[in-house]
Amino acid sequence: MKAETRAAILLLAPSAIILGVTFFAPVVAGFALSLTDFDLYSIGDVHNTRLVGLHNYRELLGSRIFWTALVNTLYFALAGGPLTVIVSLAAALLVNARLTKYKALFRTVYFAPVVTTLVAVSIVFKYIYHPRFGVLNRALGALHLPTPDWLGNPHLAMFAIIVLAVWKGFGYTMIIFITGLQNIPEELYEAARIDGAGKWQQFRHVTVPMLGPTFLFVGIVVAIEKMQIFAEPYVMTGGGPLNKTLSVVMLMYQQGFKFWGMGYAASVAFILFLLIGAATVLQMKLQEPR
Amino acid sequence: MQNAECKMQNWVRWLSAFCILHSAFACAAHRDHRQPLTFWAVGAEGERAAPIIAEFERRNPDIHVIVQQIPWTAAHEKLLTAVVGEATPDMAQMGNTWIPEFVAVNALAELRGVDARDHFGGVWATNVVDGKLYGVPWYVDTRVLFYRSDMLAAVGYPKGPRTWDEWREAMQRIERERRARYAILLPTNEFEPLLMLALSSHATLLTPDGTRGAFRRPEFARAFTFYVDAFREGFAPSVSNQLIANLYQQFAQGDFAMYITGPWNVGEFKRKMPPEMQDKWATAPMPALTAAEPFGISMAGGSSLVIFRGARHRAAAEKLIAFLEEPAQQVRLYELTGDLPARRSAWSAPALTGDPHFAAFREQLERVVPMPKVPEWEQIATAVADRGEAAARNAVTSPAALAQLDARADELLEKRRWMLTR
Amino acid sequence: MSRRLESAVLHGVLIAGGVVTLFPLFWMLSASFMSTGEAATFPPHLVPHAATLDQYRQLFLRLNLGRAFFSSAFIATIVTISSVLFGSMAGYAFAKLRFGGRDRLFGLLLTAVVIPPQVAMLPLFLLMKKLHLVNSYWGAIVPSMATMFGIFLIRQFMLSVPQDLLEAARLDGAGELRIYWSVVMPLARPILATLATFMFMSTWNDFMWPLIILSDQAHYTLPVALANLSGEHVQDTELMMAGAVVTVLPVLAVFIALQRYYIAGLMAGSVKG
Repeated sequence: MKAETRAAILLLAPSAIILGVTFFAPVVAGFALSLTDFDLYSIGDVHNTRLVGLHNYRELLGSRIFWTALVNTLYFALAGGPLTVIVSLAAALLVNARLTKYKALFRTVYFAPVVTTLVAVSIVFKYIYHPRFGVLNRALGALHLPTPDWLGNPHLAMFAIIVLAVWKGFGYTMIIFITGLQNIPEELYEAARIDGAGKWQQFRHVTVPMLGPTFLFVGIVVAIEKMQIFAEPYVMTGGGPLNKTLSVVMLMYQQGFKFWGMGYAASVAFILFLLIGAATVLQMKLQEPR
Repeated sequence: MQNAECKMQNWVRWLSAFCILHSAFACAAHRDHRQPLTFWAVGAEGERAAPIIAEFERRNPDIHVIVQQIPWTAAHEKLLTAVVGEATPDMAQMGNTWIPEFVAVNALAELRGVDARDHFGGVWATNVVDGKLYGVPWYVDTRVLFYRSDMLAAVGYPKGPRTWDEWREAMQRIERERRARYAILLPTNEFEPLLMLALSSHATLLTPDGTRGAFRRPEFARAFTFYVDAFREGFAPSVSNQLIANLYQQFAQGDFAMYITGPWNVGEFKRKMPPEMQDKWATAPMPALTAAEPFGISMAGGSSLVIFRGARHRAAAEKLIAFLEEPAQQVRLYELTGDLPARRSAWSAPALTGDPHFAAFREQLERVVPMPKVPEWEQIATAVADRGEAAARNAVTSPAALAQLDARADELLEKRRWMLTR
Repeated sequence: MSRRLESAVLHGVLIAGGVVTLFPLFWMLSASFMSTGEAATFPPHLVPHAATLDQYRQLFLRLNLGRAFFSSAFIATIVTISSVLFGSMAGYAFAKLRFGGRDRLFGLLLTAVVIPPQVAMLPLFLLMKKLHLVNSYWGAIVPSMATMFGIFLIRQFMLSVPQDLLEAARLDGAGELRIYWSVVMPLARPILATLATFMFMSTWNDFMWPLIILSDQAHYTLPVALANLSGEHVQDTELMMAGAVVTVLPVLAVFIALQRYYIAGLMAGSVKG
């Protein structure tokens, strides 16, 4: 055996073993699990398990709660994603502007929420959203604006969580946009200015087309990440009110670790996988050079 | 680059320091020669029962009780995860409706030699599965009617309605005479009120062998009708309890005249309602279906103390259980947490007899029954609340809702049926 | 518009944005020093009237949050060290060593990125149970000891290491492993620092898996302990804020100290596309 091959085996071994055992094998096992009715009774005695083929999937697709969770998750991803992109693009443009001083400081400030622990800030926002004592409603009340119960109102709860997600995530995509903006050659702006283009036209005809690929990449990456939302509803609302903040991952957690319907929960996980897979394929297709 | 290398070295130094500290802690723990008894307590009990635990340790210097507290919102899943992961404590406090589930996974040790006589029959029954005892009631819980005594007196029922007919009449009169905004509060996301009605109506909820739903049977159907009518006739608002900003304030200002709830609210009502309202509220057992019964039937709730199979300090656990069951300690628990004692003899303590609001609970506890003892019950109860809400909001007719409930229960119990045929 | 006016508006908006962004963190910190019940008074207090350490005292003395702090630190440190080590080994192998099936194997890894980690969690839990690792630190550590992200990041960097450097070392008679450790790794310090920063922060903040695998208070990491506390102490705003501060401060500090590496890594990752 060549020396390089021998070395490669040694160097790859730890990662291969760990990833194989703790990721790949469980994923395959998970699929197998989703074809059984492994549940509480199976934990008592593993012989209480039956192979049920696609029964779990059929049941899932026919269950109201699944579709609620799916709609909630898609709402979160498709509203939160673009919102994050818009806010972060705006932030990127401002931070990157020629006239801006202390760029690094602003960058750090806007990025800070990204590194904070999600559970901790979810709890902080839960108190900020408190209908009576929360700072938000205090401020709105002082301005004589409506002060709803953000997390208790079925129509507003998910939106309140989206705001939290945007706050927490926009710094990350802002950095990506800044990189993109910095990669736009200055000559293009020069040429546009020479042609008499104002600031807005420069934005529309230079910035936007050049950032095109970045937009797509960012938009879909963010949406994919948001499809996996779990900690926010778990800590802030427990999936309520009226299951309006129940996400697909939360449903999986509930079915798997609360009700111990592991076969059923595994099928939820796989549906999530299919969704994310589809979104990723879409992203890659859109990124292909034309 | 120097910076990164220094940081790597710093990491290593920090890690070694940490490891040394960690082992130092571990060694310190081992120098304790007492038996470590692990006890998982749920909710406020974990913190507030600390003085009782301390007293136990005083009397048993060779046992050290390690109390871990879990919030109610996560307790069920944490306990089950511990069972599955084979990482259970020696003993735990457990909601008595969970016991059938944990028995189904062989998690609990059978308990012997405990005297049932001083316990309330209905509550004791929740701990018995297939004739074997798996838990001992620690504190009990049930639901009774809380009401505005001034309003109910004005419509002719100073001691609260005793039967369903009287109840209906009281609600009608309150509504007609506009005594309160709503006659009764029935939060749509709580399944207890509907279930209490079902129990008083002598519904079995499931078939006797626990394999199918019995929701279309007349006993449950009439309870369901009573419940849904309360909304349709405007006696109750269609709100979930999350939309009630301040229950006590609203009760005091007359937003509703009646509410079905549990013992913790006795203390809360006393604390949170203004002084001038304190003589204007009272409690009464659930109304009976007909005048032939003294009063209605309610749920046998509460927490039990259980020992896990494979507990390493079983004898110590049994000692702690025996201690916590002493009437004096039961009274002490009530004083610290407001939880009602499981033992009848503890009820003769002045702390309880002195408060008229507890009389209703004492009475009710003589007529309580367990929920169906199938592991799937909690999911079925969720469906009950869900269909109750849907019918209350007129999203579905009552007969359709009941049919859906039976279908859902049958679906959830399918595996149980399969297992019983093996 | 004059440049000065433009600059004023620009900075005005930036500062306003900064204030809005930092406000929740500021309030979290401020409320943590308030006495119990102060955060819910009317009119609202933005800063404590008499700053107190009561909440922190309660957290560390009565509620034992120090233990959770140690757990988080221990797990994050071990995971960081091992994932950086194993990731660098695998990343180097994929980038610079020639062996059969290399590209196919890497392709497999690439496609695996699509799989959401939650899919593996249920069977992984059952596996951990078989290995008796449930409710132990190692149950939380082992699955994170090697990450695909780490391998990608390192490989990307290693691709830019000049091949002649390796050939020269080979000609000098150095073995392959020696080349990895003594020639290439010293060059990789910046990317290693970046990966270490990423891994430390993401492990510290990890929630779902520790929630599942750690059932005993003695092993909870900070996010799990915090979620547990919030279930029970939902009325104690100030206490929960103090808990949040204890959880967030270390990772914020690490970020501010090492942001150069972290942001550089991010930007490098995004250019790859």
